[in-house]
Amino acid sequence: MVDLSPTTSLESIKTSLSPGALAVRRFRKHRMAMFGLGLMILLILYITAGVLLSRGYCAPIGRDVSGEAYANCNDTSLKMQPPSAAHPFGTDVIGRDILARTIYGGQISLLIGISAAIMEVALGALIGLVAAYYGGWVDALLMRIAEAMLTIPNLFLLIIGARFFANALPDLNFFGRELTGNVIIIILIIGLTSWMYLARIVRANVLSLREQDYVSASRALGASDSRIIFRHLLPNTIAPLIVGATLGVAGAIISEAYVSFLGLGVQGATATWGNMLEGAYRYLETAPWLWFFPGTLILFTVLGINFIGDGLRDALDPRSTRHV
Amino acid sequence: MARRDGLLIIMTNYILRRFAQAIPLLFIISVILFMLMQAIGDPIATLGARTPPKPEDKERLRRQLGLDLPVFFVDCQTEKSDLSPGSAKPGLGEKIAHTVTHTHCQFSLYNQYLVWLIGNDWKEIDMNGDGTPETPGKRTGVLRGDLGASLVTRRPVLEMIGDRLPNTLVLMVTAEIIIILLSLTLGLYSALRPYSTFDNIATGLSFVGFSMPVFWLALSLMYLFAVNFRRWGLPYLPTVGMFDPAVGKTPLELIKHMILPVATLSIISVAGYSRFVRSSVLETLGQDYVRTARAKGLRGMVVVLRHALPNAALPFITLIGLDIPFLLAGAVVTESIFAWPGMGRLFIDHTERSDFPMLMGILMLIAVAVVVFQIVTDVVYSFVDPRIRLD
Repeated sequence: MVDLSPTTSLESIKTSLSPGALAVRRFRKHRMAMFGLGLMILLILYITAGVLLSRGYCAPIGRDVSGEAYANCNDTSLKMQPPSAAHPFGTDVIGRDILARTIYGGQISLLIGISAAIMEVALGALIGLVAAYYGGWVDALLMRIAEAMLTIPNLFLLIIGARFFANALPDLNFFGRELTGNVIIIILIIGLTSWMYLARIVRANVLSLREQDYVSASRALGASDSRIIFRHLLPNTIAPLIVGATLGVAGAIISEAYVSFLGLGVQGATATWGNMLEGAYRYLETAPWLWFFPGTLILFTVLGINFIGDGLRDALDPRSTRHV
Repeated sequence: MARRDGLLIIMTNYILRRFAQAIPLLFIISVILFMLMQAIGDPIATLGARTPPKPEDKERLRRQLGLDLPVFFVDCQTEKSDLSPGSAKPGLGEKIAHTVTHTHCQFSLYNQYLVWLIGNDWKEIDMNGDGTPETPGKRTGVLRGDLGASLVTRRPVLEMIGDRLPNTLVLMVTAEIIIILLSLTLGLYSALRPYSTFDNIATGLSFVGFSMPVFWLALSLMYLFAVNFRRWGLPYLPTVGMFDPAVGKTPLELIKHMILPVATLSIISVAGYSRFVRSSVLETLGQDYVRTARAKGLRGMVVVLRHALPNAALPFITLIGLDIPFLLAGAVVTESIFAWPGMGRLFIDHTERSDFPMLMGILMLIAVAVVVFQIVTDVVYSFVDPRIRLD
């Protein structure tokens, strides 16, 4: 794994790559990260191009349908069918095609994962930056809140949050898809309960950066607080944020699955990988395909993201000499 | 001797100061949680009865449970009053709505939070709703160890937690012991052969391990070892509860029922922790004092076990120490799948019923445990690592 042969290190000195190009190079040499990337590309193809597979005859409507209508078509005469040619992943308890539902559910799960991770990173970066830059009572208050939230097990916070906001938003239209309002709620709850670690990392980084000469210099030149925070401090703490954002997507997908699994997540017709699992364990013996396919897709997604995150962590570490 | 006394004073001061800092934190936690609790649903609405209770019964129940009090010290109510001039005599301009919203805030010393915190046994309460207090209060408050009574069962919260805690602990402590032993063994073995076939396979598997959602692992294990083993005529494992009612509460039954949930909990944690042990052992093995020990001619095992391992295990001690309080919380998902009557299940079941004294009790118990174990971990750490100075 560690390549210390003189030729490669000489080469990298000769070409004098920028830190970004070096990071890309390190990432591409990281075998597990490339495997994770391949896995994610396949999964994204599955939930986008897979839409074309979602078509068939829907008995309750009485004609062929395609797209999400097929994923939501419940033909109760076909309930809990094992995998077959017509329904490769079988059908669920009210006779919906599981293959089509994993495709549309995957879109929502990934939407939740990415949005919640963006929110987590935004909150974590902002709170960490503000706490470290201003210090004093602002710092004390923000860090006490972070500490208080870390004291309660995350799943308990998620459960209470899910009850707290339950049914607070109406259904909404997103890129032509009808979404149950609690998709947004779940994103909010996951984002609001996961920023604490990132905030602490960013705070620690900024505390040391703040004392450096270039910050004093830009302050002497009359730069405003927001310019110093966003143009000088934030870019220098970007590595943990990128890694945090990547791993945050995996964390949010798992969190959504846990909350939905316990029956407190996304409700209604909108499928997610998590809510497809709700109650599936009651049919452990009779219909294992109910939980196997969505569960395995979650596993693949999280695995792919974790591999990518690990590769990014190595690639973005400027002291890392590995894989150059 | 003098030095030891000095150390003892430093230690005592440190512990006292840490506890003093922990108290405001616990207050913040209790206030945040108490506010969240008020919105998780109306406990009266979910109190099950075949016929919906009459409004006056609901009122009586609210008074009995103390839910008629304001929630916090500052109680705000928003009222809409209609000031349309046309409401009295219909005429011109009646269409113009003159709705004004008033927000009254008033300070109320006697409130639900205060009763929860310090009790109400010093005053009389108006139970029958006639306006004059007549019944002496019985609550003594959290600060005196009274977590209140469950709204669902009316039993003291502490008693209900006491019923469930042993079940959770038997499961979680067993799992934690297995996690510690396996992580140390696997991590050490990997670190002694870095980038070998074993190490690479272990690294790959550990990624799969900690990427696995708990329910996926639990259901897969159940499907294999319970459903399929029975189908194939092999001895199969039970999946539900702690005991088979037909056999009774024997230790053997308990062990059989524990295998799958403990395996579920262990596999995922071992995956992450064994990599953690591996990297800290690898780091230690690269240090000068280890090379010195080797150069002195000490045998390989002595160097690893006596010199490197104690130092490499230090960060692992912190990790485990911070894990311990969360053992009390149980494992919500694992307990739900395996129908294990522990704390996690208790929490989920009572969330559905909006039973906030129960939830507050469980969450505050965990919060106190976390705070205490953080302090204990830091103190233990300073004992095992003389480089750490408490200040």
